[in-house]
Amino acid sequence: MFGKLSLSEIHYQDPIVMTAVVGSMLLGLAILALITYYGKWAYLWKEWLTSVDHKRIGVMYIILALVLLLRGFSDAMMMRGQQAMAVAGAQGFLPPDHYNQIFTAHGTIMIIFVAMPFLSGLINIIVPPQIGARDVAFPYLNAVSLWLTMAGAMLVMVSLGIGEFSKAGWSGYAPLTQLQYSPGSGVDYWLWALQLSGLGSLLTAVNFIVTIFSMRCPGMKLMRMPIFTWNALCTSILILFSFPVLTVALALVTFDRYIGTHFFSNDMGGNMMMYANLFWIWGHPEVYIVVLPAFGIFSEVVATFSRKRLFGYTSMVWATASITVLSFCVWLHHFFTMGAGPDVNFVFGMATMVIAIPTGVKIFNWLFTMYRGRIRFTTPMLWSMGFISTFAVGGMTGVLLAAPPADFVFHNSLFLVAHFHNVLIPGALFGYLAGYTYWFPKVFGFSLVESWGKWAFWCWLIGFYFAFIPLYVLGFMGMPRRMVFYDNPAWQTWLVIAALGSLLVAAGVLCHIIQLYVSIQRRNENRDLTGDSWNDGRTLEWATPSPPPEYNFATIPVVEDIDAFDDMKEKGTAYVRPQHYDEIHMPKNTASGLVNGILCFFFGFAMVWHIWWLAVASLLAIVAVVILRAADDDIFYTISASEVKEHEDERYRQLAAAGVSLPGAASAPLPPDQER
Amino acid sequence: MSTHSDTAEVFEEHGTAGHQEFGFWLYLMSDLVLFSAIFATFAVLSESYAGGPTGAELFDLSFVFIETMLLLLSSAACGMAILAMHAGKDSRVLQWLALTFLLGLGFIAMELHEFQLLIAEGHGPGRSAYLSAFFTLVGTHGLHVASGLVWMAVMMYQVKTKGLSVMVQARMMRLSMFWHFLDIVWVAVFTVVYLMGAL
Repeated sequence: MFGKLSLSEIHYQDPIVMTAVVGSMLLGLAILALITYYGKWAYLWKEWLTSVDHKRIGVMYIILALVLLLRGFSDAMMMRGQQAMAVAGAQGFLPPDHYNQIFTAHGTIMIIFVAMPFLSGLINIIVPPQIGARDVAFPYLNAVSLWLTMAGAMLVMVSLGIGEFSKAGWSGYAPLTQLQYSPGSGVDYWLWALQLSGLGSLLTAVNFIVTIFSMRCPGMKLMRMPIFTWNALCTSILILFSFPVLTVALALVTFDRYIGTHFFSNDMGGNMMMYANLFWIWGHPEVYIVVLPAFGIFSEVVATFSRKRLFGYTSMVWATASITVLSFCVWLHHFFTMGAGPDVNFVFGMATMVIAIPTGVKIFNWLFTMYRGRIRFTTPMLWSMGFISTFAVGGMTGVLLAAPPADFVFHNSLFLVAHFHNVLIPGALFGYLAGYTYWFPKVFGFSLVESWGKWAFWCWLIGFYFAFIPLYVLGFMGMPRRMVFYDNPAWQTWLVIAALGSLLVAAGVLCHIIQLYVSIQRRNENRDLTGDSWNDGRTLEWATPSPPPEYNFATIPVVEDIDAFDDMKEKGTAYVRPQHYDEIHMPKNTASGLVNGILCFFFGFAMVWHIWWLAVASLLAIVAVVILRAADDDIFYTISASEVKEHEDERYRQLAAAGVSLPGAASAPLPPDQER
Repeated sequence: MSTHSDTAEVFEEHGTAGHQEFGFWLYLMSDLVLFSAIFATFAVLSESYAGGPTGAELFDLSFVFIETMLLLLSSAACGMAILAMHAGKDSRVLQWLALTFLLGLGFIAMELHEFQLLIAEGHGPGRSAYLSAFFTLVGTHGLHVASGLVWMAVMMYQVKTKGLSVMVQARMMRLSMFWHFLDIVWVAVFTVVYLMGAL
């Protein structure tokens, strides 16, 4: 009836696990109780859970990312705490069994359930308005992607209380993930969580490639697209071509574990290095998948707050495109020690170093954008400047690691750990946090309090250096990664410094939480009435009100230059009122996305625990939901022209009240070819 | 208050069919990457027999030839269904789709028969890495064909109940893209797995 699942899989005896489980459950119950108390279930269902609005979906992605950022960060704190004390006979507070789950969960969560949903969320919210579109190409598919990601994340969270998580590292190298070395449920949770959310990411990529290529407003040529949209496009292309390889790698591990095949086993002809190849053919592009959107955000932020057009727009686009191509040519640098020989290693080493060139182009473009700009030191700008300096260091240690002989020495040491945190934290997370602060007022109609944001930034930045520079030193001293305890007392000082650094980062996280709380409290003081939240907005999303109506644009804008909104403000055409409005068709809400996500969660859970009847039943139900939805031809609703007018009249009253000088109404209705 | 709108009209106005077709091409390309990764795995493991049987000992090329012919003919029948769709003849579409379906079903039946024979003789996917890769590559293609059959059944029902509306036509187009795509993949499977294996 319950497959391998039994009560002994719940670890009552482990106080740390139980605290986390009980804590999350209490928090969940508190949230449910609050929703019930305020009678918000109907609102939640109608406006959020069944929504196909790209902005709502984006917000839900980011909430998921922030919640799991807290989870992944607690894992990091525990590792730093453990390593700071577990020297020379001291065992620390984490048994090896638990410690291994923590470093695996930390990596998996941070990449798959923080970075991926964060970037998907930002792309969802910002790309359609940046290209003057009312929606994405496939709104329902978008909801499916979201709920698949949620299902994967739920599997990871459930593994905390029921069974265990993988102990094989986030990259799950063979043969450690084979059944005889990892007999528990951990690897299975890892497999199904990644598989579900990976499918979600793939569908998101299809959605955004079509949206960006086919739904741009008139005049928005490719070479006029905002840089963030360009980066979203390149990221989507990377996802489209790399995620299927992850699907295969995970599926083959699954077959090895479930039906006894021999892809990555030690015997019967299996080839363990084949796994490493497949994993990193996805894994290296994945690094750029999470970094490129952040590069896009920095480009927008730096241009906006330098009050200048981005320096070298064309070179920025080409740099992004070359990174997209090159990122597929370097995967072998993750295992130079495989023994492929000097010629192969040489080619991959060179390819890796070549990537530093387009990245360097970008760095110079940002610097030259700031040069002679009238810089405003807002929080997003601070994140961007912190990124440029910190990322440059991480990039350079990457070039060091790209030299195979050096890599043989640094391989699997803390030098490597320091390096990839040094690129991913500034290169991805700082970018997302800049984007979060930058676009928050656009989404919610009020801005975040700057002072707490700046405190968060400084704690993060300084904490980052204290937490990770010691790891470079420890790498030079020969400390391997993933050690639960160690004998060398010389390492401890540096690990204590790193632990203190992580406390400083924790203070930064706390500042962020306070910032959110205080900002909601003071929302009426910080309302954004014009839609141009920072007054210097350059791209089309700032032409919409904050928060934007469900249709984003009452009339589809016409673009004449790069930085379309800035151009409109200069020409005095920014707030021109159209003569009349047309009715607008928007997609209807649907519960099928959510239902599919729930069913996929059950399917994943059933597969982890070998509950075959539930797996078959949920799989059949998924097929049924898909078929039923495919037969539904009534998927649009209409907003009448008078409703649009009413809404827009209100918008113009608000603009006038905010003191925006409004040009007179357009003298003639828009020519029909400029409407959609 | 919002009103319902005529989906077919909105569908055409927004150019939805074009977006869907483009999106489906993208999906097919990503599926091709998926197959490439499995082909690469098969290539790497193609001589990892672990003392088990080789392809030359297992395959009956004339059996596979008939299998291949069934799939190729089903692709041709699918093409005829689309021609009939463009001519606006519902019942013709249904007839050709039914033929496509039967040929596809024949292909799947033959493949299952082959798998079942191999497993019965002790040459299942657990016998050697080579056989693991064989079953995975051929089976993944087979799973695609089986999904295509389910989709085809759904489309036959839709053509019957909804007629050839713009939405149904768009779905039919994508089904035919999928079906022809599987044919192309099969040509590669046939060549790499069976022909090269039997030589």
